[in-house]
Amino acid sequence: MSVLVNKDSKVIVQGFTGNEGTYHASQMIEYGTQLVGGVTPGKGGQTHLDKPVFNTVKDAVEKTGADVSIIFVPPAFAADAIMEAAEAGIKVIVCITEGIPTKDMILVKEYISNRDCRLIGPNCPGIITADESKIGIMPGFIFKKGTVGVVSKSGTLTYEAVDQVVKAGLGITTAVGIGGDPIIGTTTKEAVELLMNDPETHGIIMIGEIGGGMEAEAALWIKENGTKPVVGFIAGQTAPPGRRMGHAGAIVGGADDTAAAKMKIMRECGIRVVESPAEIGAAMAEELSK
Amino acid sequence: MNIHEYQGKAILKSFGVRVQEGIVAENPEQAVEAAKKLKQDYNSDWVVIKAQIHAGGRGKGGGVKLAKNLEEVKQRAEQIIGMQLVTPQTGPEGKLVSKVLVTQDVYYPGETETKEFYVSVLLNRSTGRNIVMYSTEGGMDIEEVAEHTPHLIFKEEIDPKVGLQGFQARKIAFNLGLSGEAFKEMVKFITALYKAYEATDSSMFEINPVLKTSDNKILAVDAKVNLDENALFRHADYAAMRDLSEEDPTEVEASKSNLNYVKLDGNVGCMVNGAGLAMATMDIIKLAGGEPANFLDVGGTANAETVKAGFNIILSDPNVRAILINIFGGIVRCDRVAQGVIDAYKEIGNIPVPIIVRLQGTNAEEAKKLIDESGLKVYSAIQLKEAAALVTKVLAD
Repeated sequence: MSVLVNKDSKVIVQGFTGNEGTYHASQMIEYGTQLVGGVTPGKGGQTHLDKPVFNTVKDAVEKTGADVSIIFVPPAFAADAIMEAAEAGIKVIVCITEGIPTKDMILVKEYISNRDCRLIGPNCPGIITADESKIGIMPGFIFKKGTVGVVSKSGTLTYEAVDQVVKAGLGITTAVGIGGDPIIGTTTKEAVELLMNDPETHGIIMIGEIGGGMEAEAALWIKENGTKPVVGFIAGQTAPPGRRMGHAGAIVGGADDTAAAKMKIMRECGIRVVESPAEIGAAMAEELSK
Repeated sequence: MNIHEYQGKAILKSFGVRVQEGIVAENPEQAVEAAKKLKQDYNSDWVVIKAQIHAGGRGKGGGVKLAKNLEEVKQRAEQIIGMQLVTPQTGPEGKLVSKVLVTQDVYYPGETETKEFYVSVLLNRSTGRNIVMYSTEGGMDIEEVAEHTPHLIFKEEIDPKVGLQGFQARKIAFNLGLSGEAFKEMVKFITALYKAYEATDSSMFEINPVLKTSDNKILAVDAKVNLDENALFRHADYAAMRDLSEEDPTEVEASKSNLNYVKLDGNVGCMVNGAGLAMATMDIIKLAGGEPANFLDVGGTANAETVKAGFNIILSDPNVRAILINIFGGIVRCDRVAQGVIDAYKEIGNIPVPIIVRLQGTNAEEAKKLIDESGLKVYSAIQLKEAAALVTKVLAD
């Protein structure tokens, strides 16, 4: 099982022949991801990393049967790339690109809202199902197969949590990096819901940060529907109000999107919230041994 | 990206939004000339002198003054230009005022009462759509209105497929209690304002107050315009409006080295790869008994150059008593970062504060060995917990 992607996922790379696309595509192939080709407009017909290059996503889908795409296209063209993937029938679209204008993402969200696809990101590390398929930029070697699902807005903080989980003797089913932008395709709640419904996942780690109301929304859903232990952490307890902390969405606006407010509501909904990011793995191990 | 009121008004005006007219002055003489021109062009007997800084609450700090004649214009401009203006948003040190906007008086008496409103345009993150937020309670702090009289704040969500529609602009004008000429003016104002918001790739417009004048015109008396930094590549003219003197000089310096730095008030500096881990590291510092002195994300390319630039930036803050470097190597190899730390350390010479280096992930063991064998006064850790304990330890020493 696992969620969204597995060893049967057929993956293409948009922005395949660029520096980042090339590097991460080869890393994904090495991990064992079933990478079936890539798209770079104007380079259709060529071969890159022993895989076919196509001019359009539609061509790639028709020729390879791809159902997942990962996007490494520069910010100015990334919105277009997402919509192209959606239109071509890709089911899971993972957008790594950081710095897409918000106006573009408003239109993308609208465009994909009535299409049968799921967007992960943008501005995210991607998604990985341990030992099966890596569709992202995360260091694959730290992900060992196990029973813990991870949902996170941040890249390196996800790796931190995963590493702790593995060191605690557990492992990972699927880790979803949902991204740190104000508008993202898959929310914390949606990712938690997928993991909650996955029989292989026994516990869920939910990592959030200051800004927005997604963690609260997820917490309320968990309170009503949760069947597994959830460990939570919110980064930015020491962040001053009104300042953007790296991620475009990480800015404390009103009183509800501070770390303290989010942690409070998560606790009230039955989530085991840790104060220190160094305690995530141990807390999960403890919850699962109960 | 924040811009000044005068820049924001110029942008609004270029999209047909009526604004309170004004002229920028950098000294009292220019202010007097500006006042004369406003008399000539708009028959404004009085003028208002407004400090141009990137912070709200300027009136409360004495940065907005009415002048009833040219002598007063000169006096007020002398007072405001060069002052260190302290407002609730500037912090106690305030901000140096180098420019004022001399504006026409729009509160002149006439056939009807003047009335102030509040209008903003911004993203509703939970729906991923823009909204026009507006209130009959203009000229006040909107946070206070939200707290005490939330029923006086209205929101109109915009469908991205079609943009703001006429019925929505009319609804806003009706809800603001307008009729006749003022109603028509408000519909025009809102329509033009939303058009400007979309066209400029803004992330927020806050117009407070929007004024209905005594002769039923609707205009923006103030303009807080925040542009989406991610979209500046398609607006070179707006990108040029960036005023570096309004930003922290260290943060500007950091951005030149592609470091994402935010200065804070604490005593433990930190250097981290990734924004989420950087925030989490700040939290660790606090839990270990310190206070974070900064947020610093070195991004996905931590090498000797970035580490050195990071050290220099952190050490420019005299409050820093210790530095915690926290790198989770993925694409970034820990041994390279470790070598970068050693090289930077040797190049800078004597670093006066203890340094804790926590390197985890790709080649972490090799990295720890490099640091431990370097003979430098650097504490190394692999687990985050160990790093936190080291922070507590060095602060106690």
